[in-house]
Amino acid sequence: MSLNAFITETDIEGEGDGPLDDTTVAVKDNISTEGVPTTCGSRMLEDYDAPYDATVVERLTDAGATIVGKANMDEFGMGTTTETSYFGATKNPVDEDRVPGGSSGGSAAAVAASEADVALGSDTGGSVRCPAAFCGVVGIKPTYGLVSRYGLVAYANSLEQIGPIAPTVEEAAELLDVIAGPDPRDGTTREAGADSDYAGAAEGDVDGLTVGVPTELVEGADERVVERFEDALDDLRAQGAETVEVSLPSVEYAVAAYYVIAMSEASSNLARFDGVRYGNSGGFDGNWNETFAKARSEGFGDEVKRRVLLGTYALSAGYHDKYYKQAQEARSWVKQDFDEAFEDVDVLASPTMPVLPPKLGESLDDPVQMYLADANTTPVNLANLPAISVPAGEADGLPVGLQLVGPKFGEETIVNAAAAVEE
Amino acid sequence: MTDAVDAEEIRHVADLARLDLADDEVEEFVDQCGAILEHFEQLEEVPEVDADPDLVNVMRPDEVEESLSQAEALANAEESEDGRFKGPNVS
Repeated sequence: MSLNAFITETDIEGEGDGPLDDTTVAVKDNISTEGVPTTCGSRMLEDYDAPYDATVVERLTDAGATIVGKANMDEFGMGTTTETSYFGATKNPVDEDRVPGGSSGGSAAAVAASEADVALGSDTGGSVRCPAAFCGVVGIKPTYGLVSRYGLVAYANSLEQIGPIAPTVEEAAELLDVIAGPDPRDGTTREAGADSDYAGAAEGDVDGLTVGVPTELVEGADERVVERFEDALDDLRAQGAETVEVSLPSVEYAVAAYYVIAMSEASSNLARFDGVRYGNSGGFDGNWNETFAKARSEGFGDEVKRRVLLGTYALSAGYHDKYYKQAQEARSWVKQDFDEAFEDVDVLASPTMPVLPPKLGESLDDPVQMYLADANTTPVNLANLPAISVPAGEADGLPVGLQLVGPKFGEETIVNAAAAVEE
Repeated sequence: MTDAVDAEEIRHVADLARLDLADDEVEEFVDQCGAILEHFEQLEEVPEVDADPDLVNVMRPDEVEESLSQAEALANAEESEDGRFKGPNVS
């Protein structure tokens, strides 16, 4: 049976002989790819062909890569399991009764099943790292501003980054080298990454490295996950790293702050879908309020509606201070906590996901429970920091991911440390 | 289940967001959004943080650059007329 990793299969061949010559890539379906459907996993964009390439897609083909498909995803990136896709759930290749994680589940499943050598995902609150952890592959969420978002269909601009997924740390870093660096078409990119050699940093030399372990990100996790995590820490210590406990009290509020900010930004971003210029049309009868509402009600699934409603609510008169302003305070607090931690440690380690991959159909009924699975990944997006998820063995036959977080533009440090976990 | 939000508020917000909701959808969203908003209440405990973000505006000269042709820009529209997007009545 097919894993349903791709929404559209493609055969877009790169030019020249760059570093990704002979490499096949799966591209998440919210990344614009000229002339082929870019659906965002939504009925809204079922018939939408992107009129131009995202900057990262140009960089892939310039590097010689072949794009073999547009990968399945939670609708507009809104989910942790890839089950909210209009095009059906993707299965986890490790255990086909289970979810691959999300929202970049198609990207991670394609890599884990060797349907593509490497893949691009996008990570707004964990959407690269979660599926990488659940499928037993490597995923990197770059520092905010390292990779251009030009051509990425926006969900929550202030939080998201495009990131690589690959079987090994070195291959993920190599793909990051190709896509990183400034882009005049995205004003939030920085000079960092212009002449990067992240792949060269994948040495696994952790002798003398200080690894901080935030107790808040370990305490709530499944015992079986914690066991694998502790084994990985033992292994790092055996290679000469020092581990110290640290406390990040602000992260207890990260999930709530993340969802308020992401939903608020989503309610504004998704206002563009009115069915006139592109997307599911509501027809031409009646007045525009009615036809826009028809287009949107037909085009969006339940999770998207939920987030648009809550985002609209959080920004509406009388509630803005209570939700949005407080969420921004929490975001500043989280940043401050991380900054202080990095005065004493080189990287921070935690389980990527506090749980093992759930069974298909198990998660959707209780949104709050699903959101809480993002407890360890969302703080990183709030703080604009880089993080990597690297496989740390299995529990009950299911993959466990270890997350390493670095200081701003500290991609070399996390790549190096992750290579040591991998060994 | 919770009184964080009621049906009338959900209908009002759906109206603002241009979403039509069936009655059973309204009921479901009242429960689910109520539970989510209850989770968000904890943000009230967050202390004020003294942060000064180092933000700068990134500008470029306002010069005409290459862009999509009219035909390319219209290619995904359900209907167009005289080289323009066709929309519903605004009155």
